[in-house]
Amino acid sequence: MRWKWQYLEEKFMQGLMLLSFGLILLSLLLILFTIVSKGLPSLSWEMISQTPKGGFYLGKEGGILNAIIGSLYLALGGTLIALLFAFPLALLLNIYLSQRLWADIVRLSLDILWGIPSIVYGAFGFTLMIFLGWRASLLGGILTLALLEFPIMARAMDEVIRRVPPDLPRAAYALGSTNLETAFLVLTRQILPGIATAILLAFGRGIGDAASVLFTAGYTDRIPNSLFSPAASLPLAVFFQLGTPFPEVQQRAYSAALILTVIVLGVSLTSRWLSHVLDRYSIH
Amino acid sequence: MSGTLPHLETQNLSAYYGTTQALEDVSIVIPRHQITMIIGPSGCGKTTLLKCLNRFIELEENARVEGKVLLDGENIYSPTVDVTEVRKKSGLLAQRPYPLPMSIFDNVAYGLRIHRLRSRHELNQAVQQYLQVAGLWEEVKDRLHCPASQLSIGQQQRLCLARGLAVEPEIILGDEPTSALDPVSAQHIERRLIELKERYTIVLVSHILRQARRLADYVIFMYMGKVIEAGPAHQVFNYPQHERTRAYLSGEF
Repeated sequence: MRWKWQYLEEKFMQGLMLLSFGLILLSLLLILFTIVSKGLPSLSWEMISQTPKGGFYLGKEGGILNAIIGSLYLALGGTLIALLFAFPLALLLNIYLSQRLWADIVRLSLDILWGIPSIVYGAFGFTLMIFLGWRASLLGGILTLALLEFPIMARAMDEVIRRVPPDLPRAAYALGSTNLETAFLVLTRQILPGIATAILLAFGRGIGDAASVLFTAGYTDRIPNSLFSPAASLPLAVFFQLGTPFPEVQQRAYSAALILTVIVLGVSLTSRWLSHVLDRYSIH
Repeated sequence: MSGTLPHLETQNLSAYYGTTQALEDVSIVIPRHQITMIIGPSGCGKTTLLKCLNRFIELEENARVEGKVLLDGENIYSPTVDVTEVRKKSGLLAQRPYPLPMSIFDNVAYGLRIHRLRSRHELNQAVQQYLQVAGLWEEVKDRLHCPASQLSIGQQQRLCLARGLAVEPEIILGDEPTSALDPVSAQHIERRLIELKERYTIVLVSHILRQARRLADYVIFMYMGKVIEAGPAHQVFNYPQHERTRAYLSGEF
């Protein structure tokens, strides 16, 4: 009778896998459908080329260029600063820290940081800014986003480096390479596709986050002209417009969501393509 | 005259992984410009001994070394010695070849670039020269800028040989360098090694007795972390002094 059980197990698990597959696909399509069907009608050139005019939030003229530019500034800045620290940390964990215990402590800390809700980062950033006497500003938002993105990026890179077969750095050491040469000339070359993915993963998380920039970057109808002026962002544009009682403004919230989704989608596809191109020289 | 001095020598060398002792009081000499083969059953410490010769043992977690390894009379474990200089003096062929994640050309040029700057012209010449020595030039000369990962595994091992030679080492270390290769590629590598012993001291680990008989000029037989017998190949193979060597050579274990 054993064969019959195996057959049933097989079928049951296959069913479960198909179900998950279907659920994932369905949710994605449903989200896209909602955003597109509600957002497309009010999406216009005006929406992406103008800043809000007077009465915009009551349904009058204007666009959300302030939020688009603000979001790009915030996410690009945050990603850049996170990269500045995440990449060296990932190298440190894998090449220089010979004591595995320390590396594991750092990894655990990063995992905890990764799991902290973004509103906590927002509150932390806000507290810090009050302490420093800063107002809500682009710089405050960038730094908070960098904090939010840093653990994601560092851990993603760390995992990529850990998957490199140990014989590869050894081959470099055998040629008389120093640790630094091994790290930058050999390891980095091998994991470039993974680095690209890690950066864009963190960027996607950063540009979509509302809670961390709520207090730190603030919101403004103007395009930020310095690091110390407040900056609007797309997630908050969605949030504020959805919160109004006017249907036409609520519809614009969906257009803002659509724009955000297109940016994130574009970034994901670029990262896929980039990984593929950079993978050409990697050793498998 | 340096020819009379052994190229490499170990004195009371012991190695530990954590609390496990992998090498016990190994004192051997490795003659210059000959092929020395370290043989013995698996787990006897052959590879550990090889790793001690270029300080690769330090890359293992919890590894510890006692005793001396003398390269031309100088202890490579002395704290004043730069580890990259030690490794530069020996090329390594691993069991499975690992090309660097770059083009065929850059693989060979890598060692040249990190150790001294060379002009484009000199690089081109050197890359060609070492690929020729490794017997790979004819097969790759038209695709030098393709990723090295596109080569077959046998070609990759020869690329690793060329890459190692480009650093201008004095010694070639091989950890069963033919074990992952098909017979034809293995023969290719063996032939190269025999040619190269005129200019390099070669130390190979092997568990294939027939290969050892084909290649070895000098043999080190190990068992359970100790050197049981060492000497010129014909002597060890034909007149083994030790009971265990005799048993191993006759295929008893």
